[in-house]
Amino acid sequence: MIRFLVFRALGLIPVFFIIVTVIFFLIRLAPGGPFEQGERFVAPEALEQLRAAYNLDAPLYKQYFDYVAGLFHGDLGPSMKQPSRTVAEWIVLRAPVSIELGFYALLFACTIGLLAGVTAALRPNSVTDYVPMSFAMIGICVPNFVLGPVLMLIFSIWLGWLPVSGWGPPATKVLPALTLGAAYVAYIARLARGGMFEVLAQDFIRTARAKGLGEARVVLRHALRGGIQPVVSFLGPAAAGLLTGSFVVEKIFRIPGLGSQFVEAAFNRDYTMLLGAVLFYAALILVFNLLVDIAQALLDPRVRYGK
Amino acid sequence: MASNPQAYEQGASLWKDAWQRLRRNRLAVVGMAVLVFVVLSVIIGPWLSSYSYETQDRVKGAVAPNAANWFGTDTLGRDLLTRILYGGRISLMVGIAATAVSLSIGVLYGAFAGFAGGRTDALLMRIVDILYTLPFTIIVIILSVYFQKSLILLFMAIGAVEWLTMARIVRGQVISLMQKEFIEAAQVMGLRRRRIVLRHLIPNALGPIIVYTTLTIPQVMLLEAFVSFLGMGVQPPMSSWGLLIHDGANVIEEYPWMLLFPSLALSMTLFSLNFLGDGLRDALDPRIAKD
Repeated sequence: MIRFLVFRALGLIPVFFIIVTVIFFLIRLAPGGPFEQGERFVAPEALEQLRAAYNLDAPLYKQYFDYVAGLFHGDLGPSMKQPSRTVAEWIVLRAPVSIELGFYALLFACTIGLLAGVTAALRPNSVTDYVPMSFAMIGICVPNFVLGPVLMLIFSIWLGWLPVSGWGPPATKVLPALTLGAAYVAYIARLARGGMFEVLAQDFIRTARAKGLGEARVVLRHALRGGIQPVVSFLGPAAAGLLTGSFVVEKIFRIPGLGSQFVEAAFNRDYTMLLGAVLFYAALILVFNLLVDIAQALLDPRVRYGK
Repeated sequence: MASNPQAYEQGASLWKDAWQRLRRNRLAVVGMAVLVFVVLSVIIGPWLSSYSYETQDRVKGAVAPNAANWFGTDTLGRDLLTRILYGGRISLMVGIAATAVSLSIGVLYGAFAGFAGGRTDALLMRIVDILYTLPFTIIVIILSVYFQKSLILLFMAIGAVEWLTMARIVRGQVISLMQKEFIEAAQVMGLRRRRIVLRHLIPNALGPIIVYTTLTIPQVMLLEAFVSFLGMGVQPPMSSWGLLIHDGANVIEEYPWMLLFPSLALSMTLFSLNFLGDGLRDALDPRIAKD
């Protein structure tokens, strides 16, 4: 088990450095840097100084090595458009908000999705199957940037139950989490239904029932472990989806998270900020995928031994 | 069908069989009908409309749906129905063009990797795995920095990231086909590699390719809407569904119809494409059960 873990974790390091390299050059080679001569006249000397301050006057390969060297002590360089903080400081300030939002969304998605999926699988082709699965299809086809404004209109403006936007007291966190999580409720419900359906048809479940175990015990102790495996392997892509979903949700609800910062950086061509945020996302996704691998290994011994 | 003896005699090809199965799938048929309706409306609609998508009438401003403007007007007095139809052209065009790009790259890449096998295959698929780590949206946002305001390049950017899944599917198909006798026969006959790939491998892998293509179009359209919603895709005064939804979301309190109609158009199209894709999957490959 430990060997498996170490092996997986070490495998991520080269992947991360390939991503660093590709994204670094992709962004550095983009036409028209943030300090190009625009409508506003900037003295050539000032421009020189700016370029020097951001290490843009060095040859490209040196810029790259300097950047990678900086990465080792968590230095992502200064932000080009919001110089009051460095990129690393911005991420430390903004990322916890996004992660908290993503956590609530995932919690919501797993709770409701598993409940709906398992209920549906227990009585296939009945009302308790069709109703949740129809909702799931709607959840998949209504994008979050439609759902967010609609929920806001209903619950904040018409009913006045929840605040319109912001991030602070718990009430402000309900609508964003629902908006971000909705599509994943749907996916998880479908996967849980499929997984449970398959497991419930197997012999060991019949054995468990024949032993005279109660239905609750059969489902919770025996079937669930195998039945939720498709859901667990979906959590990796889900986490990545939640990150990108947070771009729009943070914009709609005016939440000061990393997602809105990232979009702003792309808008303003704040290349250092953009690069730092992408690398942070990449690291986050890689770590999350590792956690999913571990969870899978714990659930299924076959994965552990690489069979 | 039973009344037609010829049908028995001719037997059924894979395609005929698939068509029969597809026709029996009610959701897929509805999806197809809705799709034909949407496509025809966005192609023909703008010509029939007496409004232009960009002529503003600030005196008029935003008007609720009425007899003259069926879907109302936006804050600049532009007819919303006309803008949705024009926007639909852009959204569908992005969907089809980007899917075509991803289809060509994905099929060739996947077929080559599967055919080459060994180390080449391992290396090529490792590249796909690494590119897969980052969400497509993030890559498209980075690429949008390059191609600000150029629609064609936006198509390319979206297509350029969406090919990964297609490559995986095609590779899997090719590897399983490679073990079949007819490929061996082709090799023994001394056919060139390119001919085997283009004439024998790809046509036989066509079923999954068609299915996944149908499912890629809604993904691409969603991605376009997402990027346009963030303000980095299609630029005003042009319109696309994502852009219209963005405009509508900003004034949802005062003019809810500005969000409602473009959202309906997008969701309806996504719905029908997904149902059609699911139906095609069941029809073309009966072995794969739903979910």
